Amino acid sequence: MDFNDTKEEAEYRAKARAWLDQNAERKKSSKDALPPLGLDEALKRARKWQTTKAEGGFACITWPKEYGGQGGSSIHNVIYSQEESKYLVPGGFFTIGLGMCVPTVLAWGTDEHKERYVAPAIRGDEIWCQLFSEPAGGSDVAGLRTKAEKDGDEWVINGQKVWTSGAHYCDYGIVVVRTDPNVPKHKGLTMFIIDMKSEGVEVRPIKQMSGESDFNEVFFTDVRVPDSNRLGNPGDGWKVALTTLMNERLAVGGGGGADWEELMSLGRESELEQMAAMSNGAVRERVADWYVQTQGLKYTRFRTLTALSKGQTPGPESSISKVVSAAKMQDLGSFAMDLQGQAGIIRDRETSPQGAIFQNQWMGGAGYRIAGGTDEILRNIVAERVLGMPQDIRVDKDKPFNELPK
Amino acid sequence: MNFDFSDDQKLLKESVRKLLADKCDLGRVRKVLDGDEPFAKDVWDGLVEMGVTGTAIPEEYGGLGLGALELCVVAEELGRSAAPVPFSSSVYLATEALIVAGTEDQKHAWLPKLASGEVIGTFAMAEGFTAASPRTVEVAFNGGKLNGTKVAVPDGDIADFAVVLANTGGSGDRALSLTVVDLKAGGVTIETVKTIDPTRSHANITFKDAPAELMGTEGEGWASTSTVFDSAAILMAFEQIGGAEAAMWMARDYALERYAFGRLIGSYQAIKHKIADMYVKLELARSNCYFGAMMLNDSGAELPEAAAAARISATEAYRYAAQENIQVHGGIGYTWEADTQFYFRRSKLLALALGSALEWKDKLVTRLETRNAA
Repeated sequence: MDFNDTKEEAEYRAKARAWLDQNAERKKSSKDALPPLGLDEALKRARKWQTTKAEGGFACITWPKEYGGQGGSSIHNVIYSQEESKYLVPGGFFTIGLGMCVPTVLAWGTDEHKERYVAPAIRGDEIWCQLFSEPAGGSDVAGLRTKAEKDGDEWVINGQKVWTSGAHYCDYGIVVVRTDPNVPKHKGLTMFIIDMKSEGVEVRPIKQMSGESDFNEVFFTDVRVPDSNRLGNPGDGWKVALTTLMNERLAVGGGGGADWEELMSLGRESELEQMAAMSNGAVRERVADWYVQTQGLKYTRFRTLTALSKGQTPGPESSISKVVSAAKMQDLGSFAMDLQGQAGIIRDRETSPQGAIFQNQWMGGAGYRIAGGTDEILRNIVAERVLGMPQDIRVDKDKPFNELPK
Repeated sequence: MNFDFSDDQKLLKESVRKLLADKCDLGRVRKVLDGDEPFAKDVWDGLVEMGVTGTAIPEEYGGLGLGALELCVVAEELGRSAAPVPFSSSVYLATEALIVAGTEDQKHAWLPKLASGEVIGTFAMAEGFTAASPRTVEVAFNGGKLNGTKVAVPDGDIADFAVVLANTGGSGDRALSLTVVDLKAGGVTIETVKTIDPTRSHANITFKDAPAELMGTEGEGWASTSTVFDSAAILMAFEQIGGAEAAMWMARDYALERYAFGRLIGSYQAIKHKIADMYVKLELARSNCYFGAMMLNDSGAELPEAAAAARISATEAYRYAAQENIQVHGGIGYTWEADTQFYFRRSKLLALALGSALEWKDKLVTRLETRNAA
């Protein structure tokens, strides 16, 4: 057992590092970050970096060469990401498009789709969003009600999507809609590529409980989409969506934020019962529990990487990551606030300990436990796909969608 | 990145698994529970024949001289089968203590016999219903003689010799020393005790001027125990994840055959999520165990933290799987005839065997604080 690169991996890492040295500034510490910018400037900076990566041969490393990818392996991708994380580079805007949407286009699109859309996405010229969730269909995505009706060579879309990250700056999206309400819910869906600048598309930001706005509602009013934008056959929308959702579970990683080290440093500075909080048994037990969880997740990732390094498909162990990290994020934030005495209610970047990171993640954890698969859906997935347990009984499974209770 | 066991190690694991499936199904474990034999001699003999007792013993002392990784895969299979054998006492504790603290003479006297399975060793630490420490250990070693009583000594009624943590009168942590005593010689009274898990025998041992020898340097007993326990914690954690996995699959299998309210109980989320949680805890523990195995094999700098993390997470994984396995079974799971009890009993036995998670969590944080300060 070792954590070493193979010879070939070491060569790739050296190549990535040499390229990064030439094109980006190395972080002085792991907490180093680029200065925050307004949306337009941040977007410009991110697009520029994405283009640089595409030209340098480090964008979309695993995608096929014929569409502008590098034809590399998953382990190359991981090695590049590990190295890139040591440099001051912009990120964030492309995660969903390149992590979920365009891979769906690659899997289900026609040759024309791939030639038209893939290369501009790789270069960062066009950004993509994913339009699946609806007010009536969250965990039960297939219960969605946005409909599309055929009109000649076009489809006319009406309805509403929700929780769409980046809809306000995206150029394209993949949208799953109901094209046949007379068949059971999973069978009446179809997936389309949609131009977000189309007439009738209206994007409104959602103000979250935390006060921030990371997501949008997207309204469709008589939006016309050519039939040539269809991904897969009419009625195949659920199968196409599953491709995207599989990629989602790979794309949604750790929650970040404060962990046991931050808690320990808070514990050294706080008092409990007239003693340093770090000498309190309850505090020590929590630090130990979260350390053990963090280490467990880290070495679970290493097991996954080992499989990738050997060219194998990773085992199901990677499915535990989000369910553990989301609960930890929320609980650790809450516990750290308890250590701050009555002032723990103050959420102020200037005065709260460690820039209010604990208050922020207590609040944000409530959302993270839902986003990209709730705790409950993730447990269902583990039970069904890993442990071979039966699906829930679905009372709506064989009934036409338009006969279901609303 | 090569964070996995080698093909050879997996092969060894497979052959131990086969042996145990053959000789040690839960019916065999039940015989020990219901009968008078203190351990499954035939299973032990099978393991000895395979040579696994000498896995980590250096070749010069008659062992195979393999690394810790081989022992880890054996441990996982022993845990899976809930084998009623004195493997952990003899191999993780007595053997390891001799390697860590034994004199050359002591190593030559005991290690070859441990490797060949001729003798069984154990480690005697506890004295009362409290965590053993330099403040509580009173069994005295003086002038080559041991006096006092050790309680709940694992396999104390089976073992031929014991490594005994004894008070040699120094101050603070240096009060304690390791000693080795022949349990078949004079001055030793052994009394089997009733425990939560009769499939692993335990005994109270009283020494009355029992002839014993000092191991290593006087006053180093507490430090040596900590070293031995770090490696034992990792090996035992592999037993714990083996047991946790077996309990998880037992629960899963039952959920796929039992109907309630017209449905398989495995189709209810209350049951699915419970078993999914078993899996989550198991995988966290497995990953911590792998890192522990690597640190143990390489004598890595992070060994103390890795040992604690493996022990804490594996204890939790086994606790949850064994306890909730009974819950999934419902009433039948609480009967004597059900096999759920084997994992339930063993999970708690192993949870206390090297000191509870309370002790290990505190120890872990102390280690993290020390590293942080350094």
